[in-house]
Amino acid sequence: MRPFDYQRAERFEHAAQLVGEDGTRLLAGGTNLIDLMKLQVETPQTLVDIGRLSLGTIAEEGDGLRIGALATNTATAVDPRVRRDYPVLARAILAGATQQLRNKATTAGNLCQRTRCYNFTNIDQPCNKREPGSGCGAIKGIARLHAVLGTSDQCIATYPGDMAVALAALDARVEISGERRSRSVRLRDFHRLPGDTPWRDNVLDAGEVITAVTLPAPVGGIQLYRKVRERSSYAFALVSVAAVIGIEENRFTRADLAFGGLAHKPWHDPRLAELLVGSEPSLALFDKAADLLLEDARGYGENDFKIPLARRTLAAVLCEATGVEP
Amino acid sequence: MAISINGQDYPLPADPRTSLLDFLRREAGLTGTKKGCDHGQCGACTVLVGGVRINSCLSLAVTHEGDEVTTIEGLGTLAAPGAMQAAFVAHDGFQCGYCTPGQICSATAMLQEIAAGWPSDATEDLDAAPALTDAEIRERMSGNLCRCGAYPNIVAAIRDVAGAEA
Amino acid sequence: MSVHLKQDKPDTRNVLDTMAQGVIGADLPRPEGLIKVTGTAIYAAEYRADGMLEGVLVTAPVVRGEIASINEASVLGMPGVRAVISDKRMTGRPAQGTAGEAPFQPAREVCYWGQPVALVVAETFEQARDAAKRLALDWHGTGDAPLDPEAAETEKDESTRKGDLAHAMAEAAHTVDVTITTEGHASAAMEPHAALAQWDGRTLTVHASLQMLKYNRAELADSLKLEEEQVRLVSPYVGGGFGSKLGISQEVVAASLAAMQLGRPVRVVMSRQQVFQTIMRRSETRQRIRLAADAEGRLTGFGHEALVSNLPGEDFAEPVLQSSQFLYGGDNRLLKLDLARIHRMTAGSVRAPGEAVGVQTVEQAMDILAEKLGMDPIALRLRNLPDAHPAKGTPFSSRKLAECLEEGAKAFGWEPRPRAPRHTREGEWWIGTGVASAARVHAVVEAKARVTLRPDRTALVETDMTDIGTGTYTILGQIAGEMLGLMPDDIDVRLGDTDFPPGSGSGGSWGAPSCGSAVFLACEGLRKDIARRLDIGTDDLTLKDGLARWDGGETALADILGGEPLDCIGHFEPGSSIEDATVSSFGAFFAEVAVNRWTGETRVRRMTGAFGIGRVLSARTARSQCLGGMTWCIGNALTESLMFDPVDGHLANCDLAEYHVPVHRDVPALEVLLLEERDAAASPIQAKGVGELGLCGGAGAIANAIYDACGARVFAYPMTPDRVIAAMPDI
Repeated sequence: MRPFDYQRAERFEHAAQLVGEDGTRLLAGGTNLIDLMKLQVETPQTLVDIGRLSLGTIAEEGDGLRIGALATNTATAVDPRVRRDYPVLARAILAGATQQLRNKATTAGNLCQRTRCYNFTNIDQPCNKREPGSGCGAIKGIARLHAVLGTSDQCIATYPGDMAVALAALDARVEISGERRSRSVRLRDFHRLPGDTPWRDNVLDAGEVITAVTLPAPVGGIQLYRKVRERSSYAFALVSVAAVIGIEENRFTRADLAFGGLAHKPWHDPRLAELLVGSEPSLALFDKAADLLLEDARGYGENDFKIPLARRTLAAVLCEATGVEP
Repeated sequence: MAISINGQDYPLPADPRTSLLDFLRREAGLTGTKKGCDHGQCGACTVLVGGVRINSCLSLAVTHEGDEVTTIEGLGTLAAPGAMQAAFVAHDGFQCGYCTPGQICSATAMLQEIAAGWPSDATEDLDAAPALTDAEIRERMSGNLCRCGAYPNIVAAIRDVAGAEA
Repeated sequence: MSVHLKQDKPDTRNVLDTMAQGVIGADLPRPEGLIKVTGTAIYAAEYRADGMLEGVLVTAPVVRGEIASINEASVLGMPGVRAVISDKRMTGRPAQGTAGEAPFQPAREVCYWGQPVALVVAETFEQARDAAKRLALDWHGTGDAPLDPEAAETEKDESTRKGDLAHAMAEAAHTVDVTITTEGHASAAMEPHAALAQWDGRTLTVHASLQMLKYNRAELADSLKLEEEQVRLVSPYVGGGFGSKLGISQEVVAASLAAMQLGRPVRVVMSRQQVFQTIMRRSETRQRIRLAADAEGRLTGFGHEALVSNLPGEDFAEPVLQSSQFLYGGDNRLLKLDLARIHRMTAGSVRAPGEAVGVQTVEQAMDILAEKLGMDPIALRLRNLPDAHPAKGTPFSSRKLAECLEEGAKAFGWEPRPRAPRHTREGEWWIGTGVASAARVHAVVEAKARVTLRPDRTALVETDMTDIGTGTYTILGQIAGEMLGLMPDDIDVRLGDTDFPPGSGSGGSWGAPSCGSAVFLACEGLRKDIARRLDIGTDDLTLKDGLARWDGGETALADILGGEPLDCIGHFEPGSSIEDATVSSFGAFFAEVAVNRWTGETRVRRMTGAFGIGRVLSARTARSQCLGGMTWCIGNALTESLMFDPVDGHLANCDLAEYHVPVHRDVPALEVLLLEERDAAASPIQAKGVGELGLCGGAGAIANAIYDACGARVFAYPMTPDRVIAAMPDI
């Protein structure tokens, strides 16, 4: 860990002012940032501790729910409104990490969680995300955790989180405060694909700070989060599926699906809902949905398995939601 | 400018890079809290901050000014071990002993979390109060690795304490 | 006083059974338990020393090359940095178990990615950690570095031929010919490797996390060119070893060199990543199993060929075939082990070297054969237990394998029937069961221990033996208590200090039978002396609850001692008793798994293990050792795999997030049966080892259960979801 100047922000404005400066990082729960600072993947010159700002409130707003940027993952997952109205979110959070980590990790920090690519976290390996222009060590190396959708020849890393996958299915929004303006973006548009700028994980500009995530009015339905991992707990997803499903008279009325472990962002493909809504659930239909989802999927050898695994996991979730028997 | 550890105040470290874990083990001389991975991947460093369990390796000591930290040394002593500590001995809930303080801190917090109605990934019904089943214990204790393989005995120790409290 | 035994003959006296105290084998708590659960047990990195400096190792980011220069100036100006150590005596690899001499000291030659090449020493850990990351190294490659064991040059390590296996295969009514792979494993002990070295100008004292101090002392002295007497090692508590701390590793030598050079105590603790990158790995293996059987399921041929790997210059080859030599019969035999030379970190002992990966493959092949025969897999195994070692002809000293299969089956609720997969489904999950035999060769080594009977009705046991979680404190107290008529609470067992008599060290499951025998011999010496003082025969003496009794008399031990302590050193050496017989522990595993029909995720729902380990010295710690072994079976079967980069050879998953040791939720209720057994050839206390048997074959029971559940025969460990769905018939 490099030496840094530690500052505690007493007011939000203070933090917002400092974060615009080069070499400054905001410290919230720290479960990802401190990990990466020890590895010297992150080397901030100034660390602004925002942990004590009152940005952790979870409150009803309009018909929906506003989750403060510093609400811990635990606070969100145990909130009775989240459990009742947005169970897919509670499930996704509980499927991630451990109780110890969820007690510290925050909403905003989790959205900004960096990839677990083995090359990214090892400063003696090439990585375009960590060190632009150094190359990608994963494409011809160990790519077991890596993306099969939306990759580029610069980077095949995945976004590792679970919570954001559920937020993508729920069509949540991210509230962002900047020096000049505040804005709100759909969670589905918050994370980026790597393209030629893999060092940018998301659309935050310099000086911008996440202040909250807002959930739309509850939609009910069947909400599932299915995470396939190598051990039964405390492991990142190989593939995960968040599903918000509505069925009436044996037809889909809603099919909001998002996928983890497949791409540099929680993957949401609007064509799936277009295909499914209005149709009768069947294995053949689920297969068609998987065809659409994986139309442009590309494996890198080690992670080829994610393509059939995603197909099967999607079918599992849709069967569970609809009662279709394989 | 102090951190309270097991009821005693310690001045903050001069170097802000000092993790809470290193602060406990070095500045406070409380080596019961263990460093297994230093990256939040094993749980050996689990302590309670304000009664909530965290990985002390992923937390900077300076951020804990004014916090009340409880370590394994605060849960009992050789002369007067806590109930969870005694149950771990009675059920052989450890072998090499290195993950053990973290396991015991974690188990202590976990029983409070269940009492508070917090769900886990193993909870069937998110709206109901979670039950203290073996499946719940196993999921909730999965943040504490034990390479010796004492898990079944750890479940027995926790059930013993929970049964006595119930 | 001392008593020496070189055991050339089986000891059928069963002396421990004739004692009166009633504590041998009892289910008693660990004497050091409270110390561990209250956080007051002090591990290597936790000692304090005035003026201590902190050292952090610097590792080479190249798989094969030479360090041309180390730019010390790049860090010496940083705050707190005191030195950069790159002494020629630095060690590049850990010592192999029982080496007793310096490991490879390569100077600046690098043989694997992540090899330590320097140590940065600073006033604080934070300063040293930062400087170590920033130390500038110049290096250049030095030629080809084969990375793929399948493509590398190989050496023949071992082979056994008898009869004509190919002919037997051609003539057999039923055959199996399968190739199964296992990937590299890490010990991943929870305590990282650590050393705190102090040099007073004459003597070097190192608190370190080590398994075998007698050998480690010699290794360190040889590395530093000191006399052994100048080196003292202290390791009373060790946070897990599993083979990774058998020999000294790089931080021990580096800390010592720094302390000697700087004249201040120096502590070096490896980061978790460094532990993965530089400490022993278990080699990956490729194994071909061939079985030939007649129509009744009698084996006529048995073949087991394996390819393993290691660095150039290392003698160790994962002894995959060890128990295959004698587990099952078959007159026509071919066993062959090849060693590929590749540039990955040193391969060495990881818990149960050999059998930990060599039994499960044979057990999968046996399951396939049982299916072909339409036989219950247990019946097939029972039919093929040889009368004696198939190649050497030596008789088994004691073998409880059949009993373990039968008793285990009963406890587990095994339904004897031919295998036919996909018989039970619960929702998305296929449910199945599997069985496997367990076997682990027995070993004992020379060991000494001193036992002192004190006038206050207590006793002291001293040896440099370690307790790495295995239960040494417990069992030595129970042995001494039984022999001396004292409760284990009154026995003060002191371990892990080279100032004590040299024990066997913890490794190869030999600690209990070797050091236990040394303590036993010392106690026999004490009993003889007491009998002499009472003027009675030793056989007429009963010691119980601090009293000596004989026909017609009774007196307190304290009175016999006359206020003086009485001590005896027991010295055990293995002899021909273990050469004249086939000595091995045996057992059986039963597993029930659920396999997800969609995702191929496998969950072990329950497991039973039945084991014959000779005399059980402590019911509690023996059971816990078996629980640990069975937990390793789950990791071995489902999750654990070292992944090496094919381009530059570095270990990709070098931390506990990505090297998946089983978490609590992976481990269900486990049942352990310990069968009553006395193995007179194994040791004078009739005990064999228990630390490793519990993982020798159990992954095979899980693999067989996966097949029984869902019909997937997976031929690659670990059986991760992708591998299971690839082998699974259609949904």
